[in-house]
Amino acid sequence: MAQAFQRIYTRLEGITKATVVLNAQRVMNDELATVDGRLAQVVKIVGDRVTLQVFEGTEGIATNSEVVFWGEAPSLNVGEELSGRFFNAYGKPIDGGPEVQGDRREIGGPSVNPYKRMQPSQLIPTGIAGIDLNNTLVSGQKIPFFADPDQPFNPVMATVALRADVDKIILAGMGLTNDDYLFFRKSFENAGKLSKIISFVNTTDDPPVERLLIPDMALTAAEYFAVEKNEKVLVLLTDMTLYADALSIVSNRMDQIPSKDSMPGSLYSDLAKIYEKAVQLPSGGSITIIAVTTLSGGDITHAIPDNTGYITEGQLFLRYDTDTGKVIVDPFRSLSRLKQLVIGKQTREDHNQVMNTAIRLYADAADAKTKLENGFDLSDYDLRALEFAKEYSLKLLSIDVNINVTQMLETAWELFAKYFSKEEVSIREDLIKKYWPEQA
Amino acid sequence: MQTQTTGKVRGIISNLVTIEVDGPVAQNEICYIHLEDTRLMAEVIKVVGKNAQVQVFESTRGLRVGDYVTFEGHLLEVALGPGLLSSKYDGLQNNLATMEDIFLKRGEYTEPIDREKKWDFEPLAQKGDTVTAGDWLGQVMEGWMEHRIMVPFVMTGTYTIEEMASQGSYTVDQKIATLKDGDGKSHEVTMVQKWPVKRAITAYKEKPRPDKVMETGVRTIDTFNPIAEGGTGFIPGPFGSGKTVLQHALAKQAEADIIVMAACGERANEVVEIFTEFPKLIDPRSNRHLMERTTIICNTSNMPVAAREASVYTAITICEYYRAMGHRALLLADSTSRWAQALREMSNRMEELPGQDAFPMDLPAIISNFYSRAGIVKLNNGQTGSVTIIGTVSPAGGNLKEPVTEATQKATRCFYALSQNRADRKRYPAVDPMDSYSKYLEYPEIMSYYAEKVGPDWIGKILEGKNYVRRGKESYEQINILGDDGVPLDYHISYWKSELIDFIILQQDAFDKVDASTPMERQVYMYSKVIDVCRMQVTFEDFEECSAFYKKLINLFRQMNYQEFHSDEFKRYESEIDELLTQKVQA
Repeated sequence: MAQAFQRIYTRLEGITKATVVLNAQRVMNDELATVDGRLAQVVKIVGDRVTLQVFEGTEGIATNSEVVFWGEAPSLNVGEELSGRFFNAYGKPIDGGPEVQGDRREIGGPSVNPYKRMQPSQLIPTGIAGIDLNNTLVSGQKIPFFADPDQPFNPVMATVALRADVDKIILAGMGLTNDDYLFFRKSFENAGKLSKIISFVNTTDDPPVERLLIPDMALTAAEYFAVEKNEKVLVLLTDMTLYADALSIVSNRMDQIPSKDSMPGSLYSDLAKIYEKAVQLPSGGSITIIAVTTLSGGDITHAIPDNTGYITEGQLFLRYDTDTGKVIVDPFRSLSRLKQLVIGKQTREDHNQVMNTAIRLYADAADAKTKLENGFDLSDYDLRALEFAKEYSLKLLSIDVNINVTQMLETAWELFAKYFSKEEVSIREDLIKKYWPEQA
Repeated sequence: MQTQTTGKVRGIISNLVTIEVDGPVAQNEICYIHLEDTRLMAEVIKVVGKNAQVQVFESTRGLRVGDYVTFEGHLLEVALGPGLLSSKYDGLQNNLATMEDIFLKRGEYTEPIDREKKWDFEPLAQKGDTVTAGDWLGQVMEGWMEHRIMVPFVMTGTYTIEEMASQGSYTVDQKIATLKDGDGKSHEVTMVQKWPVKRAITAYKEKPRPDKVMETGVRTIDTFNPIAEGGTGFIPGPFGSGKTVLQHALAKQAEADIIVMAACGERANEVVEIFTEFPKLIDPRSNRHLMERTTIICNTSNMPVAAREASVYTAITICEYYRAMGHRALLLADSTSRWAQALREMSNRMEELPGQDAFPMDLPAIISNFYSRAGIVKLNNGQTGSVTIIGTVSPAGGNLKEPVTEATQKATRCFYALSQNRADRKRYPAVDPMDSYSKYLEYPEIMSYYAEKVGPDWIGKILEGKNYVRRGKESYEQINILGDDGVPLDYHISYWKSELIDFIILQQDAFDKVDASTPMERQVYMYSKVIDVCRMQVTFEDFEECSAFYKKLINLFRQMNYQEFHSDEFKRYESEIDELLTQKVQA
């Protein structure tokens, strides 16, 4: 992989846990190097003093170690042969297969000109009503699951990926446990879709700083298929919290002043650089990103979910519903910002109002529940709202639902009519006339 | 002419580059770093001895020690001239529409103004007139807007017009006037001029207090907390609370001649939405395409961080330029927090001592200086023009006690707090009616404006409505603590009155054709009707009857909101309401 003009040095001036310093000339910013065989990248140049970040850490590196500069920034070979393969953070195969030949691309390349983007407009159906009805996904969107570590976000993400109508699925695994890695591999295999899946994986066995390369590797491959092959690409990023943790490790070792929650001040820009690769291209190709951001104790004010929320186009919350014993997509805190582009356009005209009304009634039930917990009597309306909420949760919010959007709307209308009067539902009258199910 | 200063790269840390220079350099001077066959634009931010530290507006990947640098001898400037409207620029005023590649190519700089296009010029001044900076020499029609050609703002002192172009068709670079200064030296003027963005354009006579309201069609703003033309306001809110939808509503509906949207460090798809939808939308006031009055400065979150700062200054400078023509400009800056974060990243790399949350110490001064560029002004020729600024702030963790929110609150007069709680309950726009305020309601100028335009009791009605909402909130808390039966019926009535105001006035469906925008006349009509209902003395048997009555009322009022003003359907629902009220009063 390395080029002909390698420059070799053998004297290190300084070593820290993550970096080495040496005197070298004509070094490029961001250039790759190997230090005693370990991959490193130029992060700082002051005159002839060059600081290299060693991804694996510097344990055992001696002051007379050999440093080889490659003359290029981190890159990936792209081509059709990527399909069905598994790679590590450096783009090296980990599935025993051969190296990919093909075009060499620098990772972390430039952004798409916003003027050349298209407005996302294709609905991505998942069959899960908590998503399709309340938080519809659109191709070219970027959206994370906000979930506590004990929630089944990886299986849900795998389900969504396998049901979605896309040409390629690219898995970017950061700090995946070996078990989860094998779970993804197995699910893709069982679905018989391995040929359209490409994986870049850093497991918990690998050094954490290596993770920083994973999203750029995955997105470089995604851009190849979306831009050059006009394909619809779905990228799965799990877990972005572990990615951000790696950022904070590096920034700490570089003596940077931390901002909120010990995260680097550039966290927003660092995350945005990744998520903004989601795009709908005029040629028909697209990159859609579904990510996972694990929370600690459901706290979304922590810098990682907080900055993520400002970047992504919505977020999906999973919650365990004690009334029904199901994992549901929380209708209050979840949001898909792009849903307005498709609902009522690619779905039925009543979608928007039905969605909002059901959530409003579900909120009334939540209020009633609070009243109940505080020991107050419930009104007739409260009782009906509670019954509605239970059935709504079971038939629509639960993640094991698999029906199409029209069926979801029909189900919602049935529940409205079962528990409420037309006035209580308060939907635009022409829609009531058209869709209110007359009781048998 | 002195020779151009050049230099050589000596150090690189991300986009902070140290350059050893061979001549004089100015703080904030622009330079270009030559990297193979491209040039990367950068700005001087610190000078120590022979070393200048510069922030590069592009990725510095591949840069080497020893790379050649040339200094330009001027600060960061924008070009001002006809053709700015409906353009799509990046933060450094490069025209995004004329770039060819699908990816933004590093070092590709495009002309902000079309140099070939011919404009029909009409002189407004004559040979022999005495003029100063900002005076109108002539005009061209930019779409449906008069675009005045002015004496360049950089020209100080008074001049006599020596020569004036006659009516005709000219490109922006052709001479349209020759001006003679006091020393008898001649200066040629074209239709385009340059101005350093970080300086305010002050070519006006005076900047009086705002005395008019800028209508936005958003009820919770216009009715409850109006913003003045030439005023300042800001919208802080956690993510998902509807900042962007509200900003877009303002961009579509606000009563302004020119809208400049600065998408600073925000999502690219939001800008795409504007690119896609605005050309299709018609401005109801002028009956022209919305895009014709809109300029977009976009430096989305994945574009170079250093250019974020430039983008808000580029935007405000364009607003000031149109203000000097006697137009009303509105700047929507989304989001100023991203700009502050860009300042933080740079301050950190320069190893400055940090202030709160690692932001630079002078952040409040920078923010206040920016908002102070708003205002309604009286021009030298007696005409008025205005710049209104509405910024958004993205407070970390939704916590309003953070440096950017606090500094912005001190610098602005309207505060539109978006509440997570309201957003969770889908009560959009999620502007909190209690926490938000408009200081303009206390301005005697605005009071007399309302007295004349709407009626003498209007401000009284606003305060009365706010009081219903406040009392309703208190009652709601009591009901929650003591239970439905544990409080007097009055508490329920006062709670439902506030719900009525909330559902009918404060909440608004931005995606409904009719409800999205409410003209002031309709707002006055509906609000007065709602207040009349609140004033009525009503009694109920129990709280369930009370809530049933108000729910019915709210439903009817909502149907009214969805109908065209004064249409048959609108009147039908109105008479149903009147009937319901009459029955209630009689019972």
